[in-house]
Amino acid sequence: MIENARVPEAERQTFHVVIVGHVDHGKSTVVGRLLADTGALPQGKLEAVRRECERTGKPFEYAFLLDALSDEQDQGITIDTARCFFKSATRDYIIIDAPGHIEFLKNMISGAARAEAAVLVIDAKEGVRENSRRHGYILAMLGIRQVVVCVNKMDLVGYDQKHFRAIEAEYRAFLEGIGAVSPRAFVPVAAIAGENLASRGKATPWYDGPTLLELLDKLPKAPPRTEQPLRMPLQAVYKFTKHGDDRRIFAGRIEAGRVAVGDKVVFSPSNKISTVRSIEAFNAPPRTRIEAGWSTGFTLTEEIYVTRGEIMSHVERPPLVSTRLRANMIWLGKKPLIAGRDYKLKLGTAAVPVVLHRINKVIDASELDHRLDKSQVDRNDVADVTLEVRQPVAFDLTSDCEATGRFVIVDGYDMAGGGIITAAVADDLRDLRAEARTRDFNWVPGGVTTADRARRSGHRSALVMFVGKAGSGKMRYARALERALFDAGRTAYMLDGQNVLLGVDHDLWVDAAQSELVRRFGEVVHLLLNAGLIVVSTTNAIGLADATAVQALIPDAPMLLIDIDPTDASAQACDLRIRGIEPEADVIAQITALLAERQITSMV
Amino acid sequence: MDHLEQLEQQSVYILREAFRHFERLCMLWSIGKDSTVLLWLARKAFFGHVPFPLVHIDTSYKLPEMIAYRDKLALEYKLQMVVGQNVEALAAQDTFPDRLAANPNMSAEEQAQVRTACCGRLKAQALGATLHGTGIRRRLNLQTGQYETDDDHQPYTGVIVGARADEEGSRSKERYFSPRDKNNLWDVGDQPPEFWNQYKTDFAPGTHVRIHPLLDWTELNIWEYVKREAIPTVPLYYDQGSGTRYRSLGCGPCQSPIKSTSKNVDDIIVELRSGALRNVAERSGRLQDGKHGLEELRRDGYM
Repeated sequence: MIENARVPEAERQTFHVVIVGHVDHGKSTVVGRLLADTGALPQGKLEAVRRECERTGKPFEYAFLLDALSDEQDQGITIDTARCFFKSATRDYIIIDAPGHIEFLKNMISGAARAEAAVLVIDAKEGVRENSRRHGYILAMLGIRQVVVCVNKMDLVGYDQKHFRAIEAEYRAFLEGIGAVSPRAFVPVAAIAGENLASRGKATPWYDGPTLLELLDKLPKAPPRTEQPLRMPLQAVYKFTKHGDDRRIFAGRIEAGRVAVGDKVVFSPSNKISTVRSIEAFNAPPRTRIEAGWSTGFTLTEEIYVTRGEIMSHVERPPLVSTRLRANMIWLGKKPLIAGRDYKLKLGTAAVPVVLHRINKVIDASELDHRLDKSQVDRNDVADVTLEVRQPVAFDLTSDCEATGRFVIVDGYDMAGGGIITAAVADDLRDLRAEARTRDFNWVPGGVTTADRARRSGHRSALVMFVGKAGSGKMRYARALERALFDAGRTAYMLDGQNVLLGVDHDLWVDAAQSELVRRFGEVVHLLLNAGLIVVSTTNAIGLADATAVQALIPDAPMLLIDIDPTDASAQACDLRIRGIEPEADVIAQITALLAERQITSMV
Repeated sequence: MDHLEQLEQQSVYILREAFRHFERLCMLWSIGKDSTVLLWLARKAFFGHVPFPLVHIDTSYKLPEMIAYRDKLALEYKLQMVVGQNVEALAAQDTFPDRLAANPNMSAEEQAQVRTACCGRLKAQALGATLHGTGIRRRLNLQTGQYETDDDHQPYTGVIVGARADEEGSRSKERYFSPRDKNNLWDVGDQPPEFWNQYKTDFAPGTHVRIHPLLDWTELNIWEYVKREAIPTVPLYYDQGSGTRYRSLGCGPCQSPIKSTSKNVDDIIVELRSGALRNVAERSGRLQDGKHGLEELRRDGYM
């Protein structure tokens, strides 16, 4: 064994490694033996477990060392991830022992998702099994690039080199087949005997590679993500006025890149732009620049209204924005992932309603190369899917930025799946969104800011849009709302689509494309919103099928959709549904409450 | 960024997620080194503020130094300090010290059982009642420095706790966000997955979530951070000349000091790095833990 110079405590790094593999292939034995051989066990612990085994007549296993909970001792399998700590000569390890039983796949993922490297254990005698493959696939999906494969229980196959090479060849071929990263190395080990774990064994003279511990010591820490484009998912905007603090702090963790005081930054998807005024911190020296990894906070020079879930970037390299994402994902939900059901997508700090748009393929997890024609994604399936979110989200492809290129899906109260984004799928609104972005990034501001206008009028701008079939009463309610808002001192304006047709659209022929009418209408709305108004409108004149096209042109302002549906059968997502028979005053009261709730008339 | 900074940044992120997702959020403050580091991290996360209440369960057997230190910091940091207590058990003298006094010949085994049961009442039960709002809550009036009955009886749905994975076996299986059911129980076998930095933040009415921002910290990390940030700590952690000090703080009657001449934070860091305490469990001075004591207590809601 190569004796590395011992790195002093104060300079040591910590490295997270997850141990995965099929059930009973010996993961816990590998960990137990590593702990024992690196002197990580409290004195007497090993002896105590041995004595306990003698007393109960069970053969001693290193795995027993890890069984801290009685649940596990009874079942003899690891059911949850357990953290263990040990030290090599060069660094400190946190080992996450992940369960190999299919029942506990979610626990394996929880363990693996926070690891920097993985050790995948394959039983030499049993060979590559279902979860050897599934775990290999999941490691790739979770973004773990450093994988070491231990071919364990070599003692059971007489330390046979051919046997070892055959498993290596089979598993390498499998990983290449699914496009996963090739493992760093394969090590023949017999964990029970300590062979090639922390020290070189005598039983494998044909193996001249490093021991498992030597391999682990050589795995590099992930390179810092500071050279990538800036990405900071906005976690919160804090203002602790009650505590006598007037700072408005935009807080979040920088997931990639770096940023300095004076930088112009944009928030997506709202396209709002401002400049970093200061970097805030408690009990730390002041600083003018900061980079990936820091959970920090900024004050900005221009006050802008942005909400959690948006991604802060530099203007030159913004993230993607869409409502459709193609993804590789794993489903862990008790109920299957199906079309037509509402889920919640959590991506960065955003949380938005999402539906399954289509299943491109479900991969049979036991084989992982077999395409199944399935109409749903079942528990423990891995799948290639297209998801559709109800409102645009900012994201990256996982190949460009991992932290903003992955998501989880919540079903009810439970996290039911997770995945990585492989492509942005063009939706119908892509062109409008691109138009809005170019417009907003190059917008020439006047001398009066949005915040100035809001302070004077006592509210922010917003669009209240009435939708519904002809004759349902949209116009009647819209007029009444405009009047009521005006009487309450709001700067409100009812934009009738007909008036846009008469003027702005005068040059268009009667058979002009619907999309151009919508675009012009949306741009007019945008100007009115920029002037600080609460705009009230209906879909009457331009026959909008749905209002999302208008929304794509006004990413920086909230839109309230009021759906009037006498039949009460509408499936359209909206902020308020009425039947059209309610008194105007009641509807106005409800909308007024919504405006306050959305912090349009009650500014924070 | 060094390892300590990484830990700090992760904890700050978790604290902010907790604050975002739980309207009824509190942080447990045992006055020990871990939860005091946690309190400090909250001030980091919220730029000098602590925007939620700190809950302390007073068994009445805590050493007076701890209570004095608690109130000093609470006033200095302007904390929303809430204290809970199982007054019924104390009134009924249903505690380990009371029962030992009544029966001084108690066998060691019986003592262990009574200690665990005492913890169950004075800590786990008191905590449950305080969190649910069914027990008495007293709140520190920052103007007068006195504790007053708290009019707030709403349950807390998010509880931030300073548990560390390296402390003891059962804690190594915790998630950062760990749900507890209506009966305060922890289903170790069926915990939700935790992908990357996405945590369990949706929960059914009646359940609550424990949040563990310190899960990846070790005892050494805690002391290194205390030193780096110059965080004030209770003097009980240091040898004051007797050649002993407390390594983990609990109730007076159920804790014993360890042999150590560490007189300050630097000494403790040297001591921990040297491996001198490697073969002594951190909670070995906590006499209620027993064989399965702590795990049972934790399932029943103990921290």
